[in-house]
Amino acid sequence: MESGFHGSDLDSSLKCKLEESGMANTHAIMEKAVNWFRSRSIFVVAYGTGCGAIEMPPTFTSRYDAERMGVVGVATPRQADLIILSGYLAYKTLRRVIRTYEQMQRPKYVITLGSCPINGGMYWDSYNTIKKLDDYIPVDVYVTGCMPRPESVIEGFVLLQERIKNGEKAGWQKYDENLKFYKDNQKRVLGGHIDPSYETDWYNLENGGVA
Amino acid sequence: MIFQIILLIMLAYVVGFIYFGLYRNILARIQGRYGPTIYQSFYDSIKLFSKKNTVNYGWMFYLGPIIMATGAVLTLILVPVFSDSDFLRSATSQGNLFVLLYLMVLGPLGNALAVGTGGNPFGVMGVVRGLTRLIGLELPFYIAVVGLIIAANSSDIVHIIDMQKTGGLNIINHPLLFIAAMISMVGFFGESPFDIPGAPQEVYSGPRTEFSGKFLALLMSQGSLFAFAKLVLIIDLFLGGADSLWMLVLKTLAIFVTIIFIGVVYGRYKVEQAVDFLMKIPTLIALLGLARVIWFG
Repeated sequence: MESGFHGSDLDSSLKCKLEESGMANTHAIMEKAVNWFRSRSIFVVAYGTGCGAIEMPPTFTSRYDAERMGVVGVATPRQADLIILSGYLAYKTLRRVIRTYEQMQRPKYVITLGSCPINGGMYWDSYNTIKKLDDYIPVDVYVTGCMPRPESVIEGFVLLQERIKNGEKAGWQKYDENLKFYKDNQKRVLGGHIDPSYETDWYNLENGGVA
Repeated sequence: MIFQIILLIMLAYVVGFIYFGLYRNILARIQGRYGPTIYQSFYDSIKLFSKKNTVNYGWMFYLGPIIMATGAVLTLILVPVFSDSDFLRSATSQGNLFVLLYLMVLGPLGNALAVGTGGNPFGVMGVVRGLTRLIGLELPFYIAVVGLIIAANSSDIVHIIDMQKTGGLNIINHPLLFIAAMISMVGFFGESPFDIPGAPQEVYSGPRTEFSGKFLALLMSQGSLFAFAKLVLIIDLFLGGADSLWMLVLKTLAIFVTIIFIGVVYGRYKVEQAVDFLMKIPTLIALLGLARVIWFG
């Protein structure tokens, strides 16, 4: 049965069991419920690139209070559902952003602020910034403006929540499906390998950091 | 018996999470915000339980949250919930206060083993801070509990509750022990000024840094279970227990709100400041209370 909820996150064996017992509908209903809970609880890792970083403190603190919509900042990408990239990205930053994005656990989403991640913005002819972020990691919601006010950022959250609630196909699914496309683009600007590698031993960096 | 234990865990899960939602609301109001809904912690928990897990550090790492949850559940089922009825008290006769005191530190120790295996520097720093703080936290609380055991001449919690029905509440008879235990409880709840293990601006999430998805959800759930168990333990020891569900909610809420209000007013101590303070002031108060129990009864 085509449920319309792409990239189901419920255990696939559970799905099989439910389908065997003729309860595929139950799965769709559970998926819908889980999507609702997901939309109500978004943990954010705010990666402050460019000028937009300054818009995030008022969004999350007393003035605009994103927590009332269940949007909370967390300290590590391991716990995050959403990464906010708040402006232009230099190649150097892109490495870190990719690493952070790949550490996040699925389902995960990306919001960018400003026009620079869309087409380069005022850095359109810069030698060391990327022009279109969507070529390197999939972007779910662009919040435009230079810079967007916290109201616009919150509107971006609401849009993302709607899309999660409706079970629409998200960026991380595109990333998984078109991994070669994204990895090729990343290699084109960053070179062959993305350092530091995932096996880095932080206690023995002087030995090359090999675990 | 199994049915009662499951019912108790469900009750603690719901009450603990609603209290945590209330905590987030009160904190938001104090900071001039609206804050999330009171059910926000349920949303977070269900979302985290439905997340995928694609990192692996070996089995010891993932045993940490399970050991913590075991400690929380065992503490929960050993604490008598209602003072008059045997309902939800199925396992209470199996243990006494000494077992409880041991189980209360089982979680942090298990977590320390796990986080050490993970090797994240922030996690390790958080654990070291947590265990250092635990030295300071345990001392006044243990002295207070020993004082109560001497006063009641028994280490059975049910007996301590029964004593309070005839002899007056322990909060009135032994106020010094209560104050010492409450200062410890502020730390056991991870509130300021003793919130050093997971200090957000210093060690990120502390011990939780590397945990994600289902394991973070398990940590959150055991936190709510354990919070409920600790609140019930305090009202059993000092406020004469609760004879009905309303009394239980009222008394635990009073203790919980007191702890929150202490937490939101104070800033955070450094590690050595916290241990220094805990080893001096609350320990001294607890020792005075103990001396009063020994010499004046």
